[in-house]
Amino acid sequence: MINKNDNGLLGLYIRRAFSYFVLIFLMILCLLPFYILIINSTRAHPDIQKGFSFLPGSYFVRNFKALLADKNLPVVKGTINSFIIAGLTALLTTYFSSITAYSVHVYDFKFKKVIYSFILMIMMVPTQVTSLGFIKLIRDMKMLNSYIPLIVPSIAAPIVVFFIKQYMDAVLPLEIVEAARIDGSHEFKTFNKIVLPILKPAIAVQIIFAFTNSWNNYFIPALVLTDKDKKTLPILIAQLRSADFLKFDMGKVYMMIALSIFPIVIVYMFLSRQIVGGVAMGSVKG
Amino acid sequence: MSKKKSSCVRYTKWGYIFLIPFFLVYTIFSLIPLISTIYNSFFENYMSGLNQIGPTFVGFDNYIKLFKEANILKYTWNTIIIWLLGFIPQIVVSLTLAAWFVDLRLKLKAKGFFKTVIYMPGLIMAAAFSMLFFSIFSDAGPVNDILMDLNIIDQPFRFLANVGGTRGLIALMNFLMWFGNTTIILMAGILGIDTSLFEAAEVDGARAFQIFRFITIPQLKPILVYVLITSLIGGLQMFDVPQILTNGRGLPNNTSMTLIMYLNKHLFSKNYGLGGALSVMLFTLTLALSLLVYRIFVKKEN
Repeated sequence: MINKNDNGLLGLYIRRAFSYFVLIFLMILCLLPFYILIINSTRAHPDIQKGFSFLPGSYFVRNFKALLADKNLPVVKGTINSFIIAGLTALLTTYFSSITAYSVHVYDFKFKKVIYSFILMIMMVPTQVTSLGFIKLIRDMKMLNSYIPLIVPSIAAPIVVFFIKQYMDAVLPLEIVEAARIDGSHEFKTFNKIVLPILKPAIAVQIIFAFTNSWNNYFIPALVLTDKDKKTLPILIAQLRSADFLKFDMGKVYMMIALSIFPIVIVYMFLSRQIVGGVAMGSVKG
Repeated sequence: MSKKKSSCVRYTKWGYIFLIPFFLVYTIFSLIPLISTIYNSFFENYMSGLNQIGPTFVGFDNYIKLFKEANILKYTWNTIIIWLLGFIPQIVVSLTLAAWFVDLRLKLKAKGFFKTVIYMPGLIMAAAFSMLFFSIFSDAGPVNDILMDLNIIDQPFRFLANVGGTRGLIALMNFLMWFGNTTIILMAGILGIDTSLFEAAEVDGARAFQIFRFITIPQLKPILVYVLITSLIGGLQMFDVPQILTNGRGLPNNTSMTLIMYLNKHLFSKNYGLGGALSVMLFTLTLALSLLVYRIFVKKEN
């Protein structure tokens, strides 16, 4: 009996050691590219060409200045453009998705079931497959190089509606709304003043996801924005890729990649618990 | 009584009003483009040099052309094979990690930390991630430097001049960007399984692997199907990573040209007929897959 227990314990230790080994390997695989990125963004072009070093260099500031000074790559403007588009997208998509979910959650009207089923059915259909009609429409509306076609469509975001509806099912009993009605609160005011604060945790997670998605978005913005000064960061990265690579200062290239990635990574470092929790919350209904 | 009814109607009105923004915007920016895409797929409409050809109604000619001249089967195959190269390791690794994370006997430490790290690549800008891989896997890049320093190879390995190298890198990036997300979804799924099933199995003396094989996997089936289909939908949309990695050319020799990269080419060259036909095919395919996902949701609600 004791012997058998010992065997079981030994087996457990082996399994545990193996698990840690695999986890650490995967962790290195995830982090190594970013480590190389950080190191190389601090090194001078000739040093990078000579070979890799695991220690950082002293060229961080110089690479940063060289990147900002590049006239063909309006990085400062690109960063501001990305911020404006992603910020407004995140606010619009969460506010209007909340109000759409609220409508389905609270009110009882004829086509309620049909409407919610419709939203669930179109949830997974990607924007790419209608992009041809979309871009023709934008051209006809003379809205090329405008931010409107990149921001306003986010008002109709079926996935965000679904996430927030899930959250409402868990935390928003109808009694709260009825109590507000008895107090004479206007429906629109009830939503803004009472319901939105209750949804805060879900909305915070969705704002981060929406911001990240818009910040990272490349396909549609590349079709809409052609003016040099209107471009967002992913389009500038694509431009960097199509330039004659061999002539490029590699320190600058790594710096540009770092600049596009780190705003999101920094936010993630502070809010990772909520973000990871948000993924689990929306994905599976308990 | 009548007063109550009228107040109910008064509230219902707001239900409709709150739906207006969603459906207005959806109609303008998704439904009308969809109809226009379908409409355009029946017309010959492109630029030949400086000459505009069409638009002329040609029926299903664009669809036929897509299969006869455009190598569409090759691009579909590229997309599927690259997706599979990333998805198979992804599902295996994610299932294993999810099972470990929830295993009470294994009692892994720092789970939160590991989850945080493996989820991070999924939030990174795919375009920047791909540019990063292009730089570090280039002929004179850090990966080749390291491999040569370790004497694993004598000469730089030209990843991007090689079919397997290019497809492998795209698949590796897809894997890194998605396995954390999949792990978290599967974990939530395993935690949702009735614990008495596990307890009963332990009382019966089942080993960890037997529990995994005969309880976890069958109970997890709807979520596994969900992961499979959403990943396939995502795979069909594969664009940013191969587009940046190969500068939109799908090198070497079009072996990494995906369906959306091909669509993107037509959007830039304004070949609306062929682009439309391709879009309609992709729309039909993704809609069918979406309906499968929808059925899983409906089943779970009941």
